[in-house]
Amino acid sequence: MTIEVRKPGLSTTVQDAGRTGYYDLGIPPSGALDQYSLRAANLLVGNAEGDAVLECVYMGPELLFTEAAVVAVTGAAMVPKVNGEERPQWESFAVDAGDVLSFAYLTGGARAYVAVSGGVDVPVVLGSRSTYGLGALGGFSGRPLAEGDVLPVGSGTGTAGRSVPADLRTTYSKDVEVRVMMGLYDHRLSRDGRATFLDTTWKLTPVADRIGFRYSGATLETVDREPPFGAGQDPSNIVDAPYPIGSIQVPGSVEPIVLHRDAVSGGGYMMVATVLSGDLDVVAQSAPGTRTRFVEVDLDGALALRAERRARDERLREVLG
Amino acid sequence: MARHEVVSPIPGVFYRRPDPDSPLFTDAGQTVAADDTVGLVEVMKSFHEVPAGEAGTVVEFLVENEDEVDAGQVLAVIEAG
Repeated sequence: MTIEVRKPGLSTTVQDAGRTGYYDLGIPPSGALDQYSLRAANLLVGNAEGDAVLECVYMGPELLFTEAAVVAVTGAAMVPKVNGEERPQWESFAVDAGDVLSFAYLTGGARAYVAVSGGVDVPVVLGSRSTYGLGALGGFSGRPLAEGDVLPVGSGTGTAGRSVPADLRTTYSKDVEVRVMMGLYDHRLSRDGRATFLDTTWKLTPVADRIGFRYSGATLETVDREPPFGAGQDPSNIVDAPYPIGSIQVPGSVEPIVLHRDAVSGGGYMMVATVLSGDLDVVAQSAPGTRTRFVEVDLDGALALRAERRARDERLREVLG
Repeated sequence: MARHEVVSPIPGVFYRRPDPDSPLFTDAGQTVAADDTVGLVEVMKSFHEVPAGEAGTVVEFLVENEDEVDAGQVLAVIEAG
């Protein structure tokens, strides 16, 4: 079974749960930026929750199915259509051989996830089918889909008409709160700089992709220092350090960048805070212009969010498993 | 005469010129062909061309150069025909 790419969309990539274990070698985890939507889409079509799907940013592709399959679209609000007829999101539906799947305009969120029963069956590279574009690794030939590509799909046994209950669907807003833990380099900020970081309503710029999300809104005041050996002269420079996924670096003390799952693994900018892993999905679904507050939580708060997210995943599995 | 709305397919920053030193792609009162570019939307460090969609006369632009736009937002109106 294959899917022909009639139109690729803006940047559609094959992604799964990710490629863990190689970040120390400079290869980031990649995988679906919104992991919850990945799980939901896969479970809807009867796949294992970490199987490979298509991640479509801002704009959906146009896909021709060569055989019958069951499909589900989760994540960003972008109404799917089969031969021009609307289908629901967060619900599995059938497509026949020769059917064309297309999408209406994005009306909320940023990234839609298209799961097909059997999963997108590109080769596994270093334990994952995820596309890492910067490294030309994994996915379909290591790159976003292009017109004319023919995607292999595994054999599956999905059921149409399965649905994620309303309270387990994600809704999207242009005003979001993203929970963070401060550090590791927040000591570079003055008291005012720290307050500015947490009190500013930041706006996501169009410079937002799988590597990082850049926000504008304020300049952060730093504390004076004698630059340590190996750090540059700019107050935002540090001696090179590893960059955690979710870390928020602030080059030049302006425009914080949240690193996401295709991040570079290290560098010399101060990271003033780190987004809780449970809220990386919220960042993933932010489109340019999204007004964002970074809200500080402590370790207990972070663990509570993790437990909350795990409980939600568990409920999803109970409903769809 | 039919009114045609030119809609941005993606969110981003709207530009009415191919680069800062060039003239506008088009302006109110000018005629356009369906595949003429009326503007660019920049997102993820790339520029996406927005075609007129229908041939006709440009009535007005509803967003300014360098305004941020949402997917589905009307950028310009064309009097088709």
